[in-house]
Amino acid sequence: MATEQPTWERFDRRRRLSRFVLLLVAAVTVVASWRFMDTGVARPETIPREIADLLTRMYPPDVAYTTQIVQPLIETVQIAALGTLGAILLAVPVALLAAENTTPNAATFWLGKLIVTVSRSVNTIIWALFFVVLFGSGPLAGAVAIVFRSIGFLGKLLGEEIEEIDFGQVEAVRASGASSAQILLYGVLPQVKPALVGLSIYRWDINIRDSTVLGFVGAGGIGVELFRAVNAFAWQSVAMVLIVILGVVVVTESLSAYTRGLVR
Amino acid sequence: MLQVTDLRKTYPTGDEALKGVTTSVEGSETVAMIGPSGAGKSTFIRCVNRLTEPSGGEIYLDDTELTGLNDDALRAARRDIGMIFQEYNLVERLTVMENVLTGRLGYVSAWQAFRRSFPPEDIERAYEILDRVGLGEMENKRVDELSGGQRQRVGIARAVIQQPKILLVDEPTSSLDPETSNTVMRLLTDIAAEREVPVLINIHEVDLAIEHADRIVGLHDGELVFEGSPSELDQLGLDQVYRGAEVPENADDGQAPETTGDGDVLPDTDRPLAGET
Amino acid sequence: MAAGNRTWERPTVFRRREVKWAVYVGIVGFVLWSGVGVGADPARIAQGLGSAGSLVGDFLPPSATPRQAQRIADKMLESVAMAMVSTLTGIVLSVPIAFMAAENLSPKPLYAINRGFISISRAFNAIIVGIIAVKAIGFGPLAGILTITFKTVGFFSKLLAEDLEDIDMGSVNAVRASGASPIQTVLYGVVPQIIPRFAGLSVYRWDINIRTSTIIGIVGAGGIGSVLLTAFNRYDYQYVTAILLAIIAVVLVAEGVSAVVRRRYT
Repeated sequence: MATEQPTWERFDRRRRLSRFVLLLVAAVTVVASWRFMDTGVARPETIPREIADLLTRMYPPDVAYTTQIVQPLIETVQIAALGTLGAILLAVPVALLAAENTTPNAATFWLGKLIVTVSRSVNTIIWALFFVVLFGSGPLAGAVAIVFRSIGFLGKLLGEEIEEIDFGQVEAVRASGASSAQILLYGVLPQVKPALVGLSIYRWDINIRDSTVLGFVGAGGIGVELFRAVNAFAWQSVAMVLIVILGVVVVTESLSAYTRGLVR
Repeated sequence: MLQVTDLRKTYPTGDEALKGVTTSVEGSETVAMIGPSGAGKSTFIRCVNRLTEPSGGEIYLDDTELTGLNDDALRAARRDIGMIFQEYNLVERLTVMENVLTGRLGYVSAWQAFRRSFPPEDIERAYEILDRVGLGEMENKRVDELSGGQRQRVGIARAVIQQPKILLVDEPTSSLDPETSNTVMRLLTDIAAEREVPVLINIHEVDLAIEHADRIVGLHDGELVFEGSPSELDQLGLDQVYRGAEVPENADDGQAPETTGDGDVLPDTDRPLAGET
Repeated sequence: MAAGNRTWERPTVFRRREVKWAVYVGIVGFVLWSGVGVGADPARIAQGLGSAGSLVGDFLPPSATPRQAQRIADKMLESVAMAMVSTLTGIVLSVPIAFMAAENLSPKPLYAINRGFISISRAFNAIIVGIIAVKAIGFGPLAGILTITFKTVGFFSKLLAEDLEDIDMGSVNAVRASGASPIQTVLYGVVPQIIPRFAGLSVYRWDINIRTSTIIGIVGAGGIGSVLLTAFNRYDYQYVTAILLAIIAVVLVAEGVSAVVRRRYT
């Protein structure tokens, strides 16, 4: 007992020390960061007033503007739906490549990881910039951007689900003389189906939100109207668009939560 | 008839699971393979249908040599080998019927498999087999709703519907209570006898082996140390199998005893595939 | 027993087969309608993908003049700095909001207001918040800090509030029963229960904030994003690739650091 005590104390002290160092580093970084930035603000005390000013100009929201938002809103929903569907179709093979237990060899495994990483590291809006160059401005570029962003998300999480499956079930299907496609259909797919459905709905939910900003780079959706109104300083219209977006997001979020609860 | 000659398996870790085992299963006999954990029983069975790739030796099923087959030919050969697993290995989220029909996958296309459109005679046969194993009317239950005994009956049905030339059975009762074990063993051997299918069964309960098998082979540390009828299995035989005692050509006697206590599948590190017991 | 030729069809999750087909037809119809809506005609897609090869060629190899490289470095540092500062401000502001948004600790009206604020923060993409922040207080990193802080508060206080709602009230009541003041009750009864998750969530949010800070420059809210947009608009695609590689590298490093720290310290 007596010999063990010092070791414990030392360990504890080291742990505390490392935590303290971590906090200190974080604090120094934050202070340095603030100094580094050229915030260009002479009088920070005016900021709250400016924000309050903007909010006042937004009131009351321009309700009549709603009629003009309906079509772009539908477009946003369509972009999210097509983008999610396309992503599911492409993410399933990517997930099979990126899962250690289903990938054919090391090269395909790293290919899968590469696709997942690149897709996830590049934001939807950047993908949209790229596809606007390719397809011209419009919602098609937006939908493809959503696809490319979602592949990585779905591929990564679905791949992790595939790595968790009970391989005995797969072996039993293989032992009966099934082909590779049949092994996937009977041995793998049933085991990951709830995850696949749940993740897809979850991603659709995220994609609705992402689709609202595609308009900024000309890739369609309600964002086009939003940014037009912002640039025209039509703040009451902006407020209306924001309210509509808020409504849609709240509805899709509860719909997504509800349907995911249904899937067992 | 299954004829295995000098079957060897060395895992990449250097573990020699099988050190040249020669045996056969003939006619419609039931052969029980006994031995302590780690003796190589599971490896042996899994090498026969090449779920584990053997390192050497020959395996003949009737006139087909299995170890040299390419992928397509191996798939065709596996259709003739029914396998029943220790942990049932049913596809938990599918129905009983879908699990039984898994045994016919080798005969349908991937599209038909996806549509679940199996030939009518397969469906009819599935119903008959389900009645036979005592699961009539259960075809649309999901497997994860079943008890252990019921699951193993599905496992038997899945293997039998293949109309196999041999049944490989890997520790069918180790997840079951003693009473259910006996019923399942009885059902298994009865069905095999009715259909005149030979059975090779791994089992560690010696009394079950003596009761249900026509012949017993004993493995110890990757080597065949006993072969004979149940009545010939005396204390000496048991000692040979379970303690490795008095085996004439046993040079490894001085080695530490096997201590892998968790099932007798050795670490299967030549597959990157985890998840089995 | 064997009653002639029995048939079998897989049971469906929908109550009747007609319902199943109706749902399928509905889904296919919706997808086709969406396809028409976004103008996804095959000819256009084929044409686009056909020119993808040459476009990708334009993007390779990545290149940047020394001045451009310096600009990437400067603006990337600004992105990271924005993320650092706003993670801190966001978390600091989250704490009181989380307490006010926890159903078991806060009176009903206060609870409703704070939940509403959280919903608003979570509903709007950072780009939207960013553009409004820029309009309100002008271009530059301060707008970015405001944006990321706002998004951080929504994320952080929601999760923290849920943790607070899950805490074991027994030990809180025990502290209170010993005669502690409300503040002491929180300090000794509540805080110890949520500290571990708190640390993990902070690092996780920092990781997300790094990602966000590399983007919102597109709307003028500071950081590398503005450089990216300019390069795109000037068709300087090889420079674009260089910037993208820098972003990917920073995002991956942040993700790695976050994963390591969360594993070690939580």
